Amino acid sequence: PPSCLPAEDISTNSNGPKQEILLDDDQEDLFAEATEEVSLDSPEREPILSDGPSPAITPVTPTVIITPRAEASMFDRSLDEDEDTEENGDTFDMQITVSDPEKVGGFGCTSLNLFSRNEFSVKRRFSDFLGLHSKLASKYMHIGYIVPPAPEKSIVGMTKVKVGKEDLSSAEFVEKRRSALQRYLTRTVTHPALLKDPDVIQFLENTELPRAVSTQALSGAGILRMVNKAAEAVNKMTIKMNESDAWFEEKQQQFENLDIQLRKLHASVESLVCHRKELSVNTASFAKSAAMLGNSEDHTALSRALSQLAEVEEKIDQLHQEQAYADFYLFSELLGDYVRLIAAVKGVFDQRMKTWSKWQDAQLLLQRKREAETKLQYANKPDKLQQAKDEIKEWETKVQQGERDFEQISKNIRQEVGRFEKQRVKDFKVVIIKYLESLVHTQQQLIKYWEAFLPEAKAIA
Amino acid sequence: MMQEGLDDGPDFLSEEDRGPRAVNVDLQTDATLQVDISDALSERDKVKFTVHTKSTLPNFKQNEFSVVRQHEEFIWLHDSFVENEDYAGFIIPPAPPRPDFDASREKLQKLGEGEGSMTKEEFTKMKQELEAEYLAIFKKTVAMHEVFLCRVAAHPVLRKDLNFHVFLEYNQDLSVRGKNKKEKLEDFFKNVVKSADGVIVAGVKDVDDFFEHEKTFLLEYHNRVKDASIKSDRMIRSHKSAADDINRIASTLYTLGTQDSTDVCKFFLKVSELFEKTRKIEARVAADEDLKLADLLKYYLRESQAAKDLLYRRGRALVDYENANKALDKARAKNKDVLQAETTQQVCCQKFEKISESAKQELIDFKTRRVAAFRKNLVELAELELKHAKGNLQLLQSCLAVLKGDT
Repeated sequence: PPSCLPAEDISTNSNGPKQEILLDDDQEDLFAEATEEVSLDSPEREPILSDGPSPAITPVTPTVIITPRAEASMFDRSLDEDEDTEENGDTFDMQITVSDPEKVGGFGCTSLNLFSRNEFSVKRRFSDFLGLHSKLASKYMHIGYIVPPAPEKSIVGMTKVKVGKEDLSSAEFVEKRRSALQRYLTRTVTHPALLKDPDVIQFLENTELPRAVSTQALSGAGILRMVNKAAEAVNKMTIKMNESDAWFEEKQQQFENLDIQLRKLHASVESLVCHRKELSVNTASFAKSAAMLGNSEDHTALSRALSQLAEVEEKIDQLHQEQAYADFYLFSELLGDYVRLIAAVKGVFDQRMKTWSKWQDAQLLLQRKREAETKLQYANKPDKLQQAKDEIKEWETKVQQGERDFEQISKNIRQEVGRFEKQRVKDFKVVIIKYLESLVHTQQQLIKYWEAFLPEAKAIA
Repeated sequence: MMQEGLDDGPDFLSEEDRGPRAVNVDLQTDATLQVDISDALSERDKVKFTVHTKSTLPNFKQNEFSVVRQHEEFIWLHDSFVENEDYAGFIIPPAPPRPDFDASREKLQKLGEGEGSMTKEEFTKMKQELEAEYLAIFKKTVAMHEVFLCRVAAHPVLRKDLNFHVFLEYNQDLSVRGKNKKEKLEDFFKNVVKSADGVIVAGVKDVDDFFEHEKTFLLEYHNRVKDASIKSDRMIRSHKSAADDINRIASTLYTLGTQDSTDVCKFFLKVSELFEKTRKIEARVAADEDLKLADLLKYYLRESQAAKDLLYRRGRALVDYENANKALDKARAKNKDVLQAETTQQVCCQKFEKISESAKQELIDFKTRRVAAFRKNLVELAELELKHAKGNLQLLQSCLAVLKGDT
């Protein structure tokens, strides 16, 4: 782990305002958090996006954490090299597997470093994943890194499409969650800076994680709601940002459009999953009915053909079920992930606005201090004058820092967006191809089944 | 107004739709009497069928002629058969169901109302689909009315029926109004009485093995066909819903493709194009399943009911005959009103025997027709499913080839 970070970077200050305990103390019940909703109104939400010290998190300023400049050079290197990080053979390559909690009493989390071949296996609770995300968000979002959001806590999908009773079955729910956690962790370690983050390393390697009592665990939806609140706050700012860089305005608009379309697509795909499941159920029901009809048909050959029709339909119902599974895990979940990711992207753009605003405020204050000093020059109060001069120096530094911060976050965002877009293109291409392959498989099976049935139908004499 | 485009009379049925459809009954049509519905017109709340007849029979004034009929007139014809005592021994071809465009019309209306809230492309797309749906329902109702007429024309006795000839030839309105409330209520009570009686009659064990077997068979068969019909409808509805979802997905993918400035826009556009095509195929699959499977089951639901009705009438005649026998014995024993009792008994006997004779043949024919229809439809269903699956596969594979080549 890099030496520039102290081992404990999260202060657990018990003197701060009353913390909301989100973690469940019950060891056995993994699903206690299943329907827990995160409270929006608790004031502890704010600290993550605001600057300055807060009880729950270490004051994180650019000089204390892994310096962005160092990170930036790493970025540059990775961007200059071959697009595909898989071909780097770098320490960037980590393969993550999250396994079924039933078997090990906690989500088994295995990370395999493809370069060094070091492998770690640990047990983690769902809240641990949320805790990890909250730490990373608090450390990196305000300097412009797109931190992958953690999976949803609640069962209801983001688009709130009415899903059948089957979705609430515990086996399906667990698999959904497991898969989501694996994707979350994989995205996290794909980020070059996050991969090297001590919290991430600790998460992947330490057998025991410290019980982070005061960590505020936020789900993807929680982040989204916070981002929206922050965006509202930003809009209410009296000074509208002078966008000198058209790139940012363009990109924000693009992400806005992408957001709208992805949500729409997600809703349609969720509807498809639902109808496909329904089709499977109805086909099975029809198959039984056809079998019954075949039984009562007194013409022997027709009776046999009807029974065979029933068998075909039964196989087809299985096929529909498998296809619905593919619809969901390949297509729908990807879309859901990206809707949440874009919320994180928007969050980062808003952070830049805040950084700019802070810089502007510093400039304004400096101006006032200078005016005050000018006035004091004629007032014959030497100690006050000295104080004024000191304050001017202080605020000049702050203005410089503010400008640096703004430039840094702008630079980071550019790089992050570049990386994000590459990843997005890759993800979608891969998933689209896999999904089409699943559709191909379904049609091939259908052909097989009907080809087998046709001679049976023709045999009716 | 939305409706105007759908009222095209003569052009509505394409060339391929003309000629006897008789999908659910494999009927031998001979030159002496050929009936079909050559045209149809859909108006606000009624459908006008053009019934076309070709005949060499001397009963008709011309060899070829057409009249326009509405649904109520078909029902009148059907009911006249049912009420005719001479036809008690036949399976009366089931009446065609009432044309029901309500759901489709409602959807079209809603679409018209919502025109402002969607893009022009979306609107045009949806309008086309709803119109296709409307057309499909329309074709179905035409087919069902035609099948009824063909069954009558193919029946050796019914084809000679006077009412049938009037129906075919009389080129004025038959002035057959639909039943009013009072008549509908009477019908309702008649049915209640009939089903109660039916239960009693069915309870009487038949000495004749053939009919006893048929009774048991038909009862079970009818119920299972009903269940299969309901389940197949549900299955097909889900299929249509899934196709609709794919339609929406295709549209959104298209928008994404046009908005995206990265490499992946090509993928979005190609897949959008693919899904547009595959969802049309999926919709066709649902439509074909509807025609070949659902309609088949619905038809045999109605026919099996007609067969059950025949058995009921025979059972009723048997009971009457047995009662008449008992009455005759009593009369002879008391030596009172013997002649009257003898006459009654003879009448009942003749009625029963007449029905039994034709009923046996009718039930055998029913089986033959049923087997032939199922065979035809199941074969066609399998062939169509294969055709569509292969079509889908080809589209998917060629799209995949393009996309894989790109990465």
